Amino acid sequence: MSGGASAAVVDAHGKPIPLSERGPASAWSMISFGFWLFLLSDIVIFGSLFATYAVLSNATAGGPSGADIFDLKNVFIETCCLLASSFTCGLMLIAAERRQVQRFYTWAVVTWVLGAAFIGLEVTEFSDLVGRGFGPTHSAFLSAFFTLVGTHGCHVSSGLLWLLVMMAQVATLGLRTTVVRRLFCFSLFWHALDLVWIGVFTIVYLGSVHAT
Amino acid sequence: MLGKLTWAAIPFNQPIPLVTSIVIVLGVLAILALVTIKGWWPYLWQEWFSSTDHKRIGVMYVVLGLVMLFRGFADAIMMRAQLALAQGGAPGFLPPEHYDQIFSAHGTIMIFFVAMPFVIGLMNFVVPLQLGVRDVAFPVLNSVSFWLTASGALLVNLSLFIGEFARTGWLAYPPLSELAYSPGVGVDYYLWSLQISGLGTLLAGINFTTTILKMRAPGMSYMRMPIFCWTALASNLLIVAAFPILTATFALLLLDRYCGFHFFTPELGGNAMMYINLIWCWGHPEVYILILPCFGVFSEVISTFSSKPLFGYHSMVVATMAICVLSFIVWLHHFFTMGAGADVNGFFGIATMIIAVPTGVKVFNWLFTIWGGSVRFTVPIYWSLGFMVTFVLGGLTGVLLAVPPADFVLHNSLFLIAHFHNVIIGGVVFGFMAGYSYWFPKAFGFTLDETLGKAVFWCWFVGFYLAFMPLYALGIMGATRRMQHYADPSWQPYMIAAFAGAALIFTGILLTVVQLAWSIRTRERRRDLTGDPWNGRTLEWGTASPPPSWNYAVEPHVHGIDAFWDVKTKNRELHKVAESRYEAEHKPHYETIHMPKPSGTGFITAFCAVFLGFGLIWHIWWLVLVAIIGCIGMLLRQAWDTDRDMYISAEQLEEFERLHPSLGTQR
Repeated sequence: MSGGASAAVVDAHGKPIPLSERGPASAWSMISFGFWLFLLSDIVIFGSLFATYAVLSNATAGGPSGADIFDLKNVFIETCCLLASSFTCGLMLIAAERRQVQRFYTWAVVTWVLGAAFIGLEVTEFSDLVGRGFGPTHSAFLSAFFTLVGTHGCHVSSGLLWLLVMMAQVATLGLRTTVVRRLFCFSLFWHALDLVWIGVFTIVYLGSVHAT
Repeated sequence: MLGKLTWAAIPFNQPIPLVTSIVIVLGVLAILALVTIKGWWPYLWQEWFSSTDHKRIGVMYVVLGLVMLFRGFADAIMMRAQLALAQGGAPGFLPPEHYDQIFSAHGTIMIFFVAMPFVIGLMNFVVPLQLGVRDVAFPVLNSVSFWLTASGALLVNLSLFIGEFARTGWLAYPPLSELAYSPGVGVDYYLWSLQISGLGTLLAGINFTTTILKMRAPGMSYMRMPIFCWTALASNLLIVAAFPILTATFALLLLDRYCGFHFFTPELGGNAMMYINLIWCWGHPEVYILILPCFGVFSEVISTFSSKPLFGYHSMVVATMAICVLSFIVWLHHFFTMGAGADVNGFFGIATMIIAVPTGVKVFNWLFTIWGGSVRFTVPIYWSLGFMVTFVLGGLTGVLLAVPPADFVLHNSLFLIAHFHNVIIGGVVFGFMAGYSYWFPKAFGFTLDETLGKAVFWCWFVGFYLAFMPLYALGIMGATRRMQHYADPSWQPYMIAAFAGAALIFTGILLTVVQLAWSIRTRERRRDLTGDPWNGRTLEWGTASPPPSWNYAVEPHVHGIDAFWDVKTKNRELHKVAESRYEAEHKPHYETIHMPKPSGTGFITAFCAVFLGFGLIWHIWWLVLVAIIGCIGMLLRQAWDTDRDMYISAEQLEEFERLHPSLGTQR
């Protein structure tokens, strides 16, 4: 992050300097770009898990298939919670960028509650399956299902912890540039998890209905 | 309390690991005692361990690679010695379960803890200097990356004293690596050390991709970047795209082993071939992660010592990026024998052969760069010429293996071993050694001894051919890889020749140490006071040797490829700032610059990661919990640390530049 953003837009003769020749980018630009790369690498992890799920989705080893065990109503509510939390996360970021502390807290809490509701529903679904004897050790299909959906759930859970940390950061450090920048990265992360969930919802849950 | 860890984990009944362990422990204790007695700890901590300077971190990566090279080579020479002896009924000196650990450790160490640190170390040192900037995008993260890699290396070495290492080969194929068939901690050592160091590598990849795409000196458009930076960019893009696959794959195997999942088990629907597909989706790009930066090194070296611009810069860039993309569609050639059918094998065979086209473009570009140049036969150019001959040969056997019917015959034979050592030694090791001798004076301010450097080259070059040409022949005769003994005594002469080759390479490695020690002793008469000992072309030669922590007192301005060469030949002023001020007062203008402070975050996080890995390997759950709390604590500390910058004043810069005039300030 050293090296300032000297970025002259025009040269001494007033000719525009191409973007690639303007010298080191601003800290904001660099950090958000780096975070995008991290998110892409995370998407590659999910890509590997999706591929694994696709290969193993029929390897039920005599156990239940997806159509037998998925409760789409539950999943629909989960999806609504997560998508709504993405919207409120957007409102939270707008409030942070306008330095409106109270509004930031309000939307942060709403986002957190919606995310926690999503996790709560997922945990209910998982414990219900395990209770019925369909845990991840039952078949390769169930291993792949629990791992893919569970990895997404772990991401959402760490997002919830991150959001708590960010609220503490706002409380102690205020909405200074570095804190808003981190909130911006958080919102990228949160939206990316939405994107992954769309994939999970379509391929895992809707896909199981289609398969039957 | 200690999970699975008992006294039985210490190899009291195995003399070779026990004696090795004792010698290493005593050696480490001696070093620690020396450092303590001499009072070097504050210096080491402040200047190195907590350094966020990309040059220091680069040097530490290279040191790690050199240390691990000894460990990996010890494994290699034991294997060669075993096979030189174990013909007919002779058992050799290594029992099978030990031999299996040795070849697994050799492969793992050489790829992850020798080749990777060498390549990432060179990139760390060189890329920001070549880009004309003062640091990487995320300096603290850079330190975290290095120390996580070192943690992984430490865990692998711990397996020698405490427990065992994997006996599964360097990629730990299931079902052999599943709990049912490898119940010991060996595979867990393998998996956790690579998960930890893999995370470090991924973070380095993100860091360098951001640095190259977002932090270049003013005027340095993409097509003015030094070719090494292009190859580093390709390599880091591959890291970002491929290493997560490795992490995911190992995570699945860990779930199988720790939680009883069924991804790759033979029962309940598991599919072992899926592991092999996934691991090679990482594994094939990995070989390009290693070789592409080395191609960059050769390009720089050949151009510098031919005193000519690189021939076909544009085609070199296109070839690099083509290889970058193609590397993702060839993974299946590692297991044509899976039986995916003629069409699939045909596709992957042809895709593999196509990679030879951009690689060929590169070789011709190097040849045409030399053509008509006045070549100075220095050590780096020796390595480059040796590389061109050797790598073309390795490439040819690679194209041969890309033909599926031929591969069915040669699969898992010593022919394959000879092929990939041919490209990795001939490409990556030669490339690293070229880069090491080329940039050493930049890093330390004095040159390495040329005569000893040439001796090192000849040991490696002749040693390589002596060690691996017999393996090509043995492979065709039917010798398989990972073979601990053999019945056919007619193979023995080849095996003895291969052992002699390995011994010659060992001489080369020892001479590298001698060269280093001798060059340090005689450093006063080999000082590089100009900062430009080779008559170089790119920006790094325009600052002092060694460069100050801020690299450039005044931000360089770039007007073309070979930016420093431009300044020297056309005497064109490189600094906009300097330019405007120079006319006015004949004196460059310095402004206070801010640099990142040293930070213990990387070291302490990695310290916790070692305990995390150790706890997970031995099922010591309280230790796992403590270590996780430690890691999260470091993260939070970093998040609340608002005092991360330090400032270098204009007076300091002026004083340094007066003593070491650099490209901006000299006329």
